[in-house]
Amino acid sequence: MDHFARLGLPAALDIEAAALDKAYFALQRRWHPDRFVAKPPEERARASVEAAALNDAYRTLKDPLSRAVYLAELNGVKLPGDGKTIDDPDLLTEVMDAREELHEASSVAEVDALAKFAREDLEKGLLDLGRLFLANDRGAIKKALLRLRYLDKFAEEARARRTNLERSKK
Amino acid sequence: MTLLEIHEPGETPLPHAGEDSLAVGIDLGTTNSVVAIAREGKPAALHDETGRALVPSVVAYPAVGGVLVGDEARLLAATEPKNVVSSIKRLMGRGAADLHAVAGVLPYEIEAGTGQIDMVKLRIGGKPRSPVEVSAEILKALRIRAEEALEKPVERAVITVPAYFDDAARTATRDAARVAGLEVLRLVNEPTAAALAYGLDKGAEGLYAVYDLGGGTFDFSLLRLEKGVFQVLATGGDTALGGDDFDRAVAERLLAERKKDGIADRVDETAVKAALALGRQMKEQLSDRDQTSGRLEIAGTPSFHALALADFEAMIAAYVARTLEISRRVLADAGMDAREINGVVLVGGSTRVPLVRAKVAEMIGKPPLTDIDPDEVVALGAALQAEALTGGGDTLLLDVTPLSLGIETMGGIVEKIVPRNTPIPVQLAQDFTTYQDGQSAMAIHVVQGEREMVADCRSLARFELLGIPPMTAGAARIRVTFAVDADGLLTVSAEERTTGAAQRVEVKPSYGLSHDDMADMLYDSMDNAEADMTLRLLTEARVEAKRSVLALDAALANDGSLLSAEERGAIDTARERLEAVVAGDSRDEINAAAEALEAVVKPFAERRMDRGIREALSGMSVGELEGRVGE
Repeated sequence: MDHFARLGLPAALDIEAAALDKAYFALQRRWHPDRFVAKPPEERARASVEAAALNDAYRTLKDPLSRAVYLAELNGVKLPGDGKTIDDPDLLTEVMDAREELHEASSVAEVDALAKFAREDLEKGLLDLGRLFLANDRGAIKKALLRLRYLDKFAEEARARRTNLERSKK
Repeated sequence: MTLLEIHEPGETPLPHAGEDSLAVGIDLGTTNSVVAIAREGKPAALHDETGRALVPSVVAYPAVGGVLVGDEARLLAATEPKNVVSSIKRLMGRGAADLHAVAGVLPYEIEAGTGQIDMVKLRIGGKPRSPVEVSAEILKALRIRAEEALEKPVERAVITVPAYFDDAARTATRDAARVAGLEVLRLVNEPTAAALAYGLDKGAEGLYAVYDLGGGTFDFSLLRLEKGVFQVLATGGDTALGGDDFDRAVAERLLAERKKDGIADRVDETAVKAALALGRQMKEQLSDRDQTSGRLEIAGTPSFHALALADFEAMIAAYVARTLEISRRVLADAGMDAREINGVVLVGGSTRVPLVRAKVAEMIGKPPLTDIDPDEVVALGAALQAEALTGGGDTLLLDVTPLSLGIETMGGIVEKIVPRNTPIPVQLAQDFTTYQDGQSAMAIHVVQGEREMVADCRSLARFELLGIPPMTAGAARIRVTFAVDADGLLTVSAEERTTGAAQRVEVKPSYGLSHDDMADMLYDSMDNAEADMTLRLLTEARVEAKRSVLALDAALANDGSLLSAEERGAIDTARERLEAVVAGDSRDEINAAAEALEAVVKPFAERRMDRGIREALSGMSVGELEGRVGE
């Protein structure tokens, strides 16, 4: 059963956070191991498996990027594992330039500006995905997702850089 | 199909087994413990005859025999210090490697030879005793208190643990309960229990933070409370930071003042305990006044000390700052801003310190909630959960993993399989592959922590998957599965997918984190993220380079005849260049050399592929082909 089906949701890019929570909470109410404390071991084991699968589904679908990656994979788009080398030359150049900029940023404000830019880019990219999915253009979807994954990582790195700058300031 | 049960008229079936015995909530604290019961959604702490709910987490083994717990045990500290144990929680699940973390805090005699492969043991009253045994005495005393107050047997309990307690400490807590004759219905994280008390008893809804500064541990958790659902969004903390550190700071100052006044103390167990006791007393007095004083007597020599609130605050400022830094990281993990928080719940006696309250209020921008006694709130929450678990409530408690869990891959890199703040229970798997041709075993090293390199994380367990059939490097599919149950306990299994060779291991680490490991894991992960990433990328480049050299060597051994002397020379030169830069620290040089090698190898690889296809077409069996490749 795929994650969407498990939560009783349509396999779509746009899922409202509130609808996801509602479905997840309702099913956890039924399957959470806390409900099975006084039940026989086999029922407890079953509940544990169900609850774990629900948590995996929820975790995957909650974040818009991981949801998009998952949906793409369901649709036959094969993405290389996280952290593998980038083979798209345009993206490679962009990544290297951005990393260098981040590395050279010497103030929290500069880092924040870079992070904000990346986040906005990410949000915009997520919105654009809808069109690509409609057209079912697998090549374009793959290219876009790899770029979004990089932007997401970049925002994380910016956070680390920011913490470092704040600390060295003290 | 549901089986129908038939009952005599007038007889109501009991919804659960063991209904005669009650289920209580227990906060097993570093400094104090509390037992509470909830009935029909109303929780209450159980008091002794004098009306006190707090039981000091102190155990004494008097020379005359028997065991004392609580205030009585504490009284014995003056006359028989060697027979009295306090703050035992700090040693739950800990081994010899962790001892320097508590050296100076816990003036205990450690039983020689323990803690190498097991939990340390203490030498108390001339006998070795494990932290599990000592904790069990506290739990037994709480159980007896509950049975006396309720006039019914008590056999089941929800016991709280710091959210940051690792696997070893959680297991040790469960074991202690078993020794005390209590069935643990669930281990619940302390901040979650506190939120439960506020949510159920005070009807709080929205986004809440729990700031829990106890005697020896700090936790900060962020929860969403909504219509009976308690969803932990993120959690963080430090298992070696708490009010005891404040006491120690004051005690050190007291001893230093004596030295300055020319008193030559032998700083032994008795001296440290006396200084800590006064330090603690002065700290508590500074909760509601600006100035305090006290008298310290060691080996018959008295001294008088004064302490101003401002000085005390300067002494503890670094500890408080550390709690705030951890709190901000948790907020960032959840992608939340401090201003979005509806309220912050204070838990733990150390939150009575005015500086702590002021700093928390400043961070959140709101006065913290203290309607429920911070010393009792955790036990009250645990009692509510015990009632929900046995009586069937509608409360839903969704907790998370506090630390990331992963395995070691080539080059000492950590591959995270369960990221921190993943909702539990959870089961997540990842596929790995072999590194060398014909590799028949794979070592699985399970680690816990946030850093990128294994050396910086905590090792939980090691095991080997054997019987991998001979295949070329990268062909085997080894699935490693991590399962974390609702109590936060981990089980890891590994399986070779094509043949089904499987190994399963329950991760039960025998001892805990050292102070240094802890500091690295809990506190420095953000700090080091950048350096970690650089090192990770470098290591990955090295591993990748070595992998291509291995693959090339295998190919040359088989199909070297496809190359002219000139081509072979170019390949050898590029190969040597790559091997030379792999030893260096430049990722760019390694990548450039790897690309150069790939460029000269490319025509060779194409010819090999052609030959492979021709051979396959000319009737060679797949097995024979594989045999050649694997040679």
